[in-house]
Amino acid sequence: MTADTSAAAPRQRLRTEDDPDAHLRTNPIKIGIGIVGMIAVIWGLANLFLAFGYYPEWFGNKFVIGILAIVAGVGGAALLFYFLNMFVEGLPRRLSEGVIPYAFILPGLLLVGLMLIYPTFQTINYSFANADSTAYVGLQNYKTIFGSSEFWQSIVNNILWLLIVPALVVAFGVIVAVLADKLSATGEKVAKSMVFLPMAISAVGASAIWLLVYAYNNPGQPQTGLLNAIWTGLGGDPQTWLAIDTLKLNSILLMVILIWLQAGFAMVLLSSAIKGVPEDTVEAARIDGAGEFQIFWQVIIPQIKGTIITVFVTVFITVLKVFDIVYVTTNGAYGTNVIANLFFNKLFAASEAGQATAIVVVLLIAVIPLIWYQVKHFRDEEAGR
Amino acid sequence: MSRSLMKDGRPRSPFSIVTMTILALLWTIPTLGLLVTSFRTRDDAATSGWWTALFNPFGADWTTSNYSGAWTGADLSSGFVNSIIVAIPATVIPIMFAAFAAYAFTFMDFPFKEFFFLLIIAVMVVPIQVAFQPMLNILGPRGLGISGQYIAVWLLHTGFGMPLCIYTLRNYMSTLPRSVVESAKIDGCSHFQTFWRLVAPMSIPAIAAFATLQFLWVWNDLLIAKLFLKSENTTVIVKLQQLLGSQGQGQELLTAGAFITIIVPMIVFVTLQRYMIRGMTSGAVKG
Repeated sequence: MTADTSAAAPRQRLRTEDDPDAHLRTNPIKIGIGIVGMIAVIWGLANLFLAFGYYPEWFGNKFVIGILAIVAGVGGAALLFYFLNMFVEGLPRRLSEGVIPYAFILPGLLLVGLMLIYPTFQTINYSFANADSTAYVGLQNYKTIFGSSEFWQSIVNNILWLLIVPALVVAFGVIVAVLADKLSATGEKVAKSMVFLPMAISAVGASAIWLLVYAYNNPGQPQTGLLNAIWTGLGGDPQTWLAIDTLKLNSILLMVILIWLQAGFAMVLLSSAIKGVPEDTVEAARIDGAGEFQIFWQVIIPQIKGTIITVFVTVFITVLKVFDIVYVTTNGAYGTNVIANLFFNKLFAASEAGQATAIVVVLLIAVIPLIWYQVKHFRDEEAGR
Repeated sequence: MSRSLMKDGRPRSPFSIVTMTILALLWTIPTLGLLVTSFRTRDDAATSGWWTALFNPFGADWTTSNYSGAWTGADLSSGFVNSIIVAIPATVIPIMFAAFAAYAFTFMDFPFKEFFFLLIIAVMVVPIQVAFQPMLNILGPRGLGISGQYIAVWLLHTGFGMPLCIYTLRNYMSTLPRSVVESAKIDGCSHFQTFWRLVAPMSIPAIAAFATLQFLWVWNDLLIAKLFLKSENTTVIVKLQQLLGSQGQGQELLTAGAFITIIVPMIVFVTLQRYMIRGMTSGAVKG
C-alpha cells in the first residue's frame, strides 16, 4: 500500500512543478466541467430511475432493471462524487479546502434529511390532521387514541416486552458467551454458530417456525406441535397457546420468538468482550480463593459492563419497534397488540393516517431518552479515544 | 478430583458442555422441525409430529412436492426474483454514499462536523415508522407516483440504512492510521484519489460487515416491502406472510415456503459472518 503511493508520488510532483501555484487559483474549466457533469449525472440518474418506475416494459425484464440499477446506482454515485470533486478542485485553494468536506457528506446527509429528518417533522404535523392528511383537526387524533382501550393495552404490552426481552436476551447472551468460552475451540465454534444462526432468519420466517412449535390439534388427535406434544405427554390437555391471555402467556410466547432471534447477536458482542477481559485479573481472583461464581460476578461482569449496556440499548430499540412477529402470528388479537402493529393497522388497514401518525409521535417521545443516551455515550467514547 | 484436560491445557468443564449442548439444541430444534416438516406429505404432517418421522425415517413418506408447490403454485419464485432485485441495489447504493461521508467525518476537519455527526447518531434511534405517511405522500400518486416500484424501496432502504452505514464505516476508518492519508496528501493526491486508492480498499472488512447486515435487513424486511411495493413486485417475505395469513389449505406449502425465504440470507450469513462479527465488534465494543 505505502510502496504504491510513493511510486505514484514523483509523477504527481512533476505535474505541479510546471506551474507550482496552479492549484491555488480558480480554474474555470474544472468548475464548468464539474457543474455540467453533476447536473448531467443527476438528471440522467433521475430520469433512468423514474423510467424504471413509469415504463418498466422498456427494459424487457426485471433482471435487466436490477442490473442496470446496480450499475447506474454505483457508477452514478462514483461519477457524481468525481464531478463534485472536480468542481471543488477548480475553486481557489482556500475555498476548496473549506468546501470539500461538505461536498463529501452532503449526498449522504441529504438522503438522511429527506428520508428521516423531514418526515419526523411532517409526521408530527400530520398527527394534527385528518385521515388523509388534507385538513387540520387539532388534537382530535390524540383524543381518539388516548380514549381507546386498544391503545392502552398496546402500551402495557410494549412495556412488558421492554421489561422482559432485552434483559433476557442479555442474560442468555452472557450465559452462552461465558459457557462457550470454557469449551474446546471446536465445541465453542459449533455451539456459537448454532445460537447465532437464527440471526439470518426473518421475523416472518421465525414466526412460521414457532407457529409450528405452538401448533394445536384437537384433543385425542396426535399433537403435531412440539409444545403441545410435551404438554400432553406430561398429562395436560392440548392448548391453543397463542389464545391464552392469562398472565399474558401468549405475549410471553411471542417474546420467546424475538429472544430466540436476538440472543446470537448479544452473544457475539458479549463473547468478544469476555475474551478481552485480561487473564491476570481472573487469575489474581483465583489465587485469592474466589470461586468461579464469584469471579463471574465480581471480576468479569464489571469489566464487560459497557458492552452489556450497548447490547441492552440496541435490543431495547429493536423491541420498542417490534412489529412483524405480532402482525404475522396474532395481528394483535387475544390481547397481544403492540404499538408498532397498532400503527400499521391504522395506516394500512384502516387508512387513518392522522391516528397512525399520532401513534408514531408517542413512539418518538419514547425514544427521546434513548437519543440522549446514544449521543452522550458517543461523546464519552470519543473523549476516551 | 481429577479432571481431564483439553488439547490446549485448560480443564474440561462438564457443566459447560452439558448446558451448552442443551442450549444449542434448544436453539436449533425449532428450525429443524420446520426443515423436516417441509419434506413431509400433507397427511403425514397433519397426523403425526415431525419428530416421529425423524425417529423412523424409513417408515415415513418423504416428498419434495411442497417445494415445487410453493415455488410455482404459491408463486414464491416471482417473489424470490423480486427479493434479489430489491436487495442488491439497496445494499450497494447506500455504501457508496456513506463511504464518502464517513471519509469526511474521519479524515477532515470542518465547522459543524460534530453537529452533523451527532445528527447521524441521533437519527439512528428514530423509528422508521416516522417516515411512512410522509413518504407515501411523496412517492405515491399525490407526489412522484413511483410508490409500488422497486425504485421507491431502493430509495427508502438507502435512506434508512445510511446512518448506521456512516457510523460503522467511520468507526472503522478511525482505526486506520491517519499518517497514510496525510502522506498521500503530501504526495499531491486529492481527497478523491486518496479515498479511491487508499481508504476504500483498506475499509473492505467494514464494508463487507455492513453489506451483510444491510442485505439481511433488506431481504428480511416486511414492513417497507408491504407498504411500498405493488403485488407483482413484492418480495418473498411478503409472499410468505400472505401464505401464513391464509389458514387451512396450503399449510403444507408454508413450511417449504418458509425455508425458501431463509435459504439465501442463511448462505450470505454463513459465508460472510466472519466479516460481520469483526465489523460488529469493532464498531460497538469499546468498553
